[in-house]
Amino acid sequence: MATQHSRSAARLMMAPAVVLLLGWMLVPLTMTLYFSFKNYLPLRGGDLGWAGFDNYVRFVSSSAFWPAVQTTLVIVGGVLLITVVLGILLAMLLDQPMWGQGVVRILVIAPFFVMPTVSALVWKNMFMDPVNGLFAHLWRFFGAEPVSWLSDASLSSIIMIVSWQWLPFATLILLTAIQSLDSEQLEAAEMDGAPALARFTNIILPHLGRAITIVILIQTIFLLSIFAEIFVTTGGAFGTRTLTYLIFQRVLESQNVGLGSAGGVYAIILANIVAIFLMRIVGKNLDA
Amino acid sequence: MARAVTTQRKAINTTLAWAIGLLIFFPILWTILTSFKTEAQAIANPPIFIGFDWTLENYSIVQERSNYMRFLWNSVIIAGGSTILGIIIAVPAAWSMAFVPSKRTKDILLWMLSTKMLPAVGVLYPIYLLFIQLGLLDSRIGLVIVMMLINLPIIVWMLYTYFREIPGEILEAARMDGASLREELLYVLTPMAIPGIASTILLNFILAWNEAFWTLNLTAVDAAPLTAFIASYSSPEGLFFAKLSAASTMAIAPILILGWFSQKQLVRGLTFGAVK
Amino acid sequence: MHLRSALLGATALSLATVAAAQAETITIATVNNGDMIRMQGYTDTFTEQTGIEVEWVTLEENVLRQRVTTDITTKGGQFDIMTIGMYETPIWGANGWLVPLNDLSAEYDVDDILPAMRNGLSHEGTLYAAPFYGESSMVMYRTDLMEAAGLEMPEAPTWEFIREAAAAMDNPAEDINGICLRGKAGWGEGGAFITVTGNSFGARWFDENWTPQFDQPQWKEALEFYVNLMNDYGPEGYATNGFNENLSLFQQGKCGMWIDATVAASFVTNPNDSTVADSVGFALAPNKDGVEKRANWLWAWALAIPAGTQKEASAKQFIEWATSKEYIELVAANEGWANVPPGARTSLYETAEYQEVPFAAMTLDSINAADPTDPTVDPVPYVGIQFVAIPEFAGMATEVSQEFSAAYAGQQSIDEALAKAQDIATEVMEAAGY
Repeated sequence: MATQHSRSAARLMMAPAVVLLLGWMLVPLTMTLYFSFKNYLPLRGGDLGWAGFDNYVRFVSSSAFWPAVQTTLVIVGGVLLITVVLGILLAMLLDQPMWGQGVVRILVIAPFFVMPTVSALVWKNMFMDPVNGLFAHLWRFFGAEPVSWLSDASLSSIIMIVSWQWLPFATLILLTAIQSLDSEQLEAAEMDGAPALARFTNIILPHLGRAITIVILIQTIFLLSIFAEIFVTTGGAFGTRTLTYLIFQRVLESQNVGLGSAGGVYAIILANIVAIFLMRIVGKNLDA
Repeated sequence: MARAVTTQRKAINTTLAWAIGLLIFFPILWTILTSFKTEAQAIANPPIFIGFDWTLENYSIVQERSNYMRFLWNSVIIAGGSTILGIIIAVPAAWSMAFVPSKRTKDILLWMLSTKMLPAVGVLYPIYLLFIQLGLLDSRIGLVIVMMLINLPIIVWMLYTYFREIPGEILEAARMDGASLREELLYVLTPMAIPGIASTILLNFILAWNEAFWTLNLTAVDAAPLTAFIASYSSPEGLFFAKLSAASTMAIAPILILGWFSQKQLVRGLTFGAVK
Repeated sequence: MHLRSALLGATALSLATVAAAQAETITIATVNNGDMIRMQGYTDTFTEQTGIEVEWVTLEENVLRQRVTTDITTKGGQFDIMTIGMYETPIWGANGWLVPLNDLSAEYDVDDILPAMRNGLSHEGTLYAAPFYGESSMVMYRTDLMEAAGLEMPEAPTWEFIREAAAAMDNPAEDINGICLRGKAGWGEGGAFITVTGNSFGARWFDENWTPQFDQPQWKEALEFYVNLMNDYGPEGYATNGFNENLSLFQQGKCGMWIDATVAASFVTNPNDSTVADSVGFALAPNKDGVEKRANWLWAWALAIPAGTQKEASAKQFIEWATSKEYIELVAANEGWANVPPGARTSLYETAEYQEVPFAAMTLDSINAADPTDPTVDPVPYVGIQFVAIPEFAGMATEVSQEFSAAYAGQQSIDEALAKAQDIATEVMEAAGY
């Protein structure tokens, strides 16, 4: 159907987006690469000459590097697991007939509208504060010692906060997918006496495959770079320092732009490894 | 035909769904409630739910301290401007990817998404220096451009998936009737794509509204949006839960209301092509 | 208009007149502390006097630091006045990034600034930032609980006495913790507190050759004392408590003692915010028996002008107004003497009305007891009490204090934390070429 004419028109139409994104990628990337080979310390007067691969070596050999990679993967993995599993359950529930469906849906998706800084502040202070937080009141009511969430269960707390923000997104996409499921097929299976679990694994889950892929892909992109949630709650203490946060510490807190830039290059590499990994595993779901 | 459902089952569904919905919504509800309390009531144990002296004092303190309307207006301009600009650039690109696909279309799409993986903080200095050079610091136009670029991959991808769902035969038929490319876009494609475009706009408006790294670091006064507004209320001295709640409520209320009115659109439209 | 002394050069005078005539707008970046927010409320008075409009960028401390540092190092020129501290000022001043404040008007009376503050905000004798308020740290305690426990707080307590008093006042049944101290990660939060505690146990960050000293017994002793004290008598989750968290605990009557910034005194004695306002006593920060250094720091929030601003004259005018004696009197007239910005001017402490404020004398004594040029028992190559005035310190100390906080939370042992601190500091100092 595509003629030569429409092909060149298509290219022309694609050009602005591609050129802009190419610029947005290349300019910072080139500058990051440039700085990563520099001994660039703003507080010591800026550019102090070439550093070779020093920054790269120093960044990985720092005792903070591997724990940061691990923390990043734990947070991304944890949030994905929680949001996908709960998202499926929630989507199935919301698909059922009920009274006030519209209002319930709004309640469920509302956290998605809350800016990350606000949600981190609200969770940290009004819920997780070990003295005045609502959880502490609740724990005391049941005669238990209040938990210091952000120090004793820091990583789980952050995973929880982030999951709360992203659960609506997963639920929304999965709900749309479930709604498109052919209900006759389900009914037929029900008639045949297939148990609920079998109906779920044989019909619903395969149907959701593509939606789950999308959820994982989009969320991973956003989760790899979460920052505000950590900045506001723990400041990277108690084993919550992700790779992004480590770069922040190097660039802004330690004012070592060269070292931070080398970290940035590692983060890009990590992101691409994760991306390739994702594509390999779930990529076939994206065709169609 | 829809399945016949007993009233009993519907009641169970309703109860369960409402319980979970309220649980998920509770932090927001609690924030809104707390914003109407005094500072002492905000931390009271046992917590007070409704039976407190409702006061607007926190709101007036916050308004006195910061010019809320200016922050709000900047948020609207930045989120709105970047979304509109993004749509203008993305529609043709997504159209051509959807209807004139080539072998590299998918690669280009995935590459576009991968540009979102560059950690923002790593490029703060380069971008800041660039903005100084271009005189874009603390300008709305600068923020609009950055927000647009950040969200462009998502916009392109969403639109692409919507466009793909439009049956090609309709376009063929339009072409047979002698429609030009422009007419095809304007009169055939656009009406069919409007629901998709609408939910794309919504999602990106939300994402741009909530972005808190660039909006905070590239602005000072003239272009500072609500993310900067909230940064002056986190951890001040003394008791602050009520004031923080008021500021938080002010920061999220506009987008929450927008979401409330457009939730049908969002629920129907946010597919990313997940539905065949 | 400000009446300007005839001593002023004609240039400065004409600049000021031009500035006023054009009705300039200056942009000020500041921290969201109570005194700064109060100052914002009086901006109109300044605008009326001078015709200069003021735009405020009020940010939380961490965000502010990140924001102004990026701007000053890249010469972004976003702000005409920046609120910075005693750590940044000498470093930035040495780099030539700040406008020297050496031509302030005679009426401003720069010699009235407390010597400790003036030294801390100068580089090689040149003042680069004017203190809006200054602080040291001291013990704040509940006189009623102290009395009930049958103890009397000495003017200058030791850590041993603090421990004893904490044990006596601790009352979990009444929700009263014996003592509240900072444990929150961050160089300016728990990092500052543990550094001065270290000083009072005879520890130091570096020896004269810039070798990190965390492997020394004094550090271990200080940390062990702190952790034991807090585990026994401190509040739940103290590892995440900073200044604000402790302030609110103390105001709610949940702490027997609190050792922290002297500026907190006016908040805990303010009956509007504090439930214990009428029963707070003050004492010098403690030391280990026999160690000559006490655990009190020195800090000032100060206003500085970034070099390169087009509005230098207006900015200077604002700084002269905000840190003047007149401003202090303005606040005193409207909100009472207890609420004026403390710790910046000698004349304030000579004012009869201010001497009646319960915490005035102890604040001044604490400030005078702190000497940034001689902070530790053993000699050190650096200036600064709760910080080390080198550019690498903020990042390094934040990481070190994160390791300490993890130890407070029981996630690692004190030995592990100290070993990691030693590694971090060694790594950073090697990278910086010391």
